[in-house]
Amino acid sequence: MFPLSPHFRQGLKDGIPSVAGMIPFALIVGTASTAAGLDPWLALAMSLLVYAGASQLAAIGLIAQSAPMLIVVTTVLVVNLRFVMYSAALAPYFRRFSTHKKWLFAFLITDHLFALVTTKFKADDPAKNISDYYAAVSMMTWVVWNSMVAIGIFAGTLVPKNYSLDFAIPLVFLALVFPALTSRAHWMTAMVAAIAAFFTASLPMKLGLIVAALTGVIVGAVMDARQQRLKQR
Amino acid sequence: MTLANDGMTILTILAASVVTVLARASFIMLPADTKVPTWLTRALKFVAAAVLPALILPDVLFRELPPGEIVNIARVIAATIAAIVAWRTRSIFATLGAGMVTLWCLKWLSV
Repeated sequence: MFPLSPHFRQGLKDGIPSVAGMIPFALIVGTASTAAGLDPWLALAMSLLVYAGASQLAAIGLIAQSAPMLIVVTTVLVVNLRFVMYSAALAPYFRRFSTHKKWLFAFLITDHLFALVTTKFKADDPAKNISDYYAAVSMMTWVVWNSMVAIGIFAGTLVPKNYSLDFAIPLVFLALVFPALTSRAHWMTAMVAAIAAFFTASLPMKLGLIVAALTGVIVGAVMDARQQRLKQR
Repeated sequence: MTLANDGMTILTILAASVVTVLARASFIMLPADTKVPTWLTRALKFVAAAVLPALILPDVLFRELPPGEIVNIARVIAATIAAIVAWRTRSIFATLGAGMVTLWCLKWLSV
């Protein structure tokens, strides 16, 4: 039985620090979802199915302001685009697995899991049983994350509306933005996006969000491309 | 206050989970020799830096706007203090605490 394999147990052991580290974030995501006005069961369903904290927060804020579906889904996709890079990095590890297992393992990818697997294992190392290891860490992460979000959702229903807990959503994003500003191009990206967001805020259907984000990404990418060309010269 | 438990929200959640699964599955399910295009790698480097400010700004300036005001000044002050804390500590908890406590104090003083 695979739950008893040493790789499965090693996975559980290695996963504990990062799983413990995400508990506060999961509680915040849960609390903010009901505090922002989302139905508790829908908030839980989103956590179980989307399973990506930052995008859940973004979606909750937009749904609470009755943004149209297309804007919410596009925002979630943009926030989660980083998973495409993780998918590319993890693909060699999963190559020999069945299609079912690939889909399941892909669904369970998180930032921590990606970091853990790519630092602990070399791709295509048949000596290591990555399947049991990954199954252990990913399933533990999914169960703990959603349990903690559920507790947060329940807590959020107890907080009176006039505490403005929906303000927690931009505050969390504020905490996440500074670590992302690692170069001058990144700072420029953020400033252009902020200015664009200011001037497009009155656009209908929260369309300004997409326009501002896109403008920022284009500025960053162009700066990055120019820098690389200068280096190659 | 709870939003309507309506079909549109359910549909939105389902669609959001489908696009997220597709992002996660992308290169795992594609043929082995598929390469990540350069433009995608380049754009992805700047997604967080662009999306987060675009999400933050309208929420801080224009949510729960007091009648007759152009911006929500209490939220702007609270977010400014939270931004300084975020920049200095890089801690979600400290940022959240600083921002919420400032907002509650300002509301209590009815700024």
